[in-house]
Amino acid sequence: MSATPGAAPHGHETAPYEPVFVGPALSKLEALFAQYPTKQACLLPALWMVQDARGWVSESAMAEVADVLGLTPAFVKGVVTFYTMYHLHPVGRHFIQVCTTSPCGLCGAEDVRDAILEATGCEELGRTSPDGRFTVIEVECLGACGFATPILIDDDFIESVTAERVPALLEGYE
Amino acid sequence: MGYPHPIHPKETPVLSTHFGDAAARSYAGWVERGGYQALRKALAMTPNDVTEEVKASGLRGRGGAGFPCGLKWSFMPKNSGKPHYLVCNADESEPGTFKDREIMRWTPHALIEGCAIAAYAIGAERCYVYIRGEFTEPLRIMTTAIEEAYANGVLGTNVMGSGATIDMIIHRGAGAYICGEETALMNSIEGKRGNPRIKPPFPAQAGVFGMPTTVNNVETLAAVPHIVTRGAAWYKGLCLGSDKSTGTKLFSVCGQIQRPGNYEVTMGTPMRDLVVDMAGGARPGRTLKAVIPGGSSVPIMTVAEMEDCVCDYEGVMAKGSMLGSGGMIVMDDSADMVYQIWRLARFYAHESCAQCTQCRQGTAWTTKILERILRGQGEQKDLQLLMDLSENMTGKTICVLSDSCAAPIVSGIQKFPEEFEAYISKRRQPALSPA
Repeated sequence: MSATPGAAPHGHETAPYEPVFVGPALSKLEALFAQYPTKQACLLPALWMVQDARGWVSESAMAEVADVLGLTPAFVKGVVTFYTMYHLHPVGRHFIQVCTTSPCGLCGAEDVRDAILEATGCEELGRTSPDGRFTVIEVECLGACGFATPILIDDDFIESVTAERVPALLEGYE
Repeated sequence: MGYPHPIHPKETPVLSTHFGDAAARSYAGWVERGGYQALRKALAMTPNDVTEEVKASGLRGRGGAGFPCGLKWSFMPKNSGKPHYLVCNADESEPGTFKDREIMRWTPHALIEGCAIAAYAIGAERCYVYIRGEFTEPLRIMTTAIEEAYANGVLGTNVMGSGATIDMIIHRGAGAYICGEETALMNSIEGKRGNPRIKPPFPAQAGVFGMPTTVNNVETLAAVPHIVTRGAAWYKGLCLGSDKSTGTKLFSVCGQIQRPGNYEVTMGTPMRDLVVDMAGGARPGRTLKAVIPGGSSVPIMTVAEMEDCVCDYEGVMAKGSMLGSGGMIVMDDSADMVYQIWRLARFYAHESCAQCTQCRQGTAWTTKILERILRGQGEQKDLQLLMDLSENMTGKTICVLSDSCAAPIVSGIQKFPEEFEAYISKRRQPALSPA
């Protein structure tokens, strides 16, 4: 089928790759090993650590994760690309996810999405605003359907967003 | 209670009693409200007696399938010599469903207590709580609550002085609806793509890491402490309809309704009470048209079907749909059924793991055909084509994602044919611009 709305091609590193898993980050990952019977089970947590540190998961990072966990880079890439929350390219300073699945769609979520695209200057889903401040995507069901429309700005879960509320909501995110 | 609304007289709050009460979130607050007495009581019983109590209560899985909980626990091998695992499914992603989120946000210790009791009953020393990646707030609250539970000796190597070991680990998902399917979820914990597995083997034989595993939904586990404290007979007595559906259930009522929220009612409560009395019915100037009663994966019901439907597993099935997760999506006369069904099909196409042909192709093609109809380019034969595709998407794949896509399509065409005809005959303006 056609590309998912908001999908963008894989990004590339623009500077020599600096490993994530050194010092405290490596210790934190090694502490996780005790929580699972296999190292492989630490893959999703390790990828979250990469994204928290770098903002996205590059191919170099996938290779590093593979090395640390004793997996192949191809396997890691297969996993990374399965899940929608790992960014395969750099995104804006603030990442906005708008739920437009049916229950919210019935309550005006598409208007909220359009208001966010306009207020951020992103114009198109998946694109980063010219000032590098925002990237906006549609997300499937955020599991807060009684609070239509919910949005996520980075890790902030915001309920009952209306198109009118959008400009004020974005103010705190520079 | 119908959080965020006050308790409605027709509700029976058990799990939702403390929704909205932020003081119930802490360990101290939970203990003040009677928390962890059930775990203490369970630890003094044999694991088998705990399982038998839950079996006798009639509690059924609240994630959607409705499988008897105690029976599932009894499938776990005895003295297997292998590590056993409990997995708490907190991957709530079924469109229309937002109850597990509220349980974790307001009463995290209720879930921890339920998990600890279940782990004890099935002989598991470790419990993984799989929380969907988008649930940032429940994740934060659960993380804090688990730390508190360890600090107060209700988790760890000597749970409440009983000598039992129960560890609890949060595993954060990363965006995949399919990981709510229990075998996909186990693969995701193992660090793999979330592809569902062929069953058998069932999780009790070979689950996560190949070991005996029980997977239970958040709401199911949160009900367990109440059953242990108040007894199976009390729980079983909460029943207004079929005696196969007992206890209370949280119904997430949402969509085009006056008071969306989570309403907790006794099994067997009339659906009309939920939709009209509790959730307030249609918005001013509107009339209700349809309800999808069990999360988006079940057949759509007309308002006439809703009027005399009883909310329990058997009652909704008698109307040709399913109770599912209890996520009720309500649509009024302003809803375009073709558009809504297309939007659901698009959801399933996006979420298909793509390992089964019928699902990978079926979800994509039904979406495209519905899109064509919405662009004003549909033909009469497209409806039969959608029905044929749907038939081939039902009962033919490893998991039921494909069936879930077919359910609203088939029921939508059968129950609202005039809306499809209106687009095909060009009596209705296209909802989408031409490709």
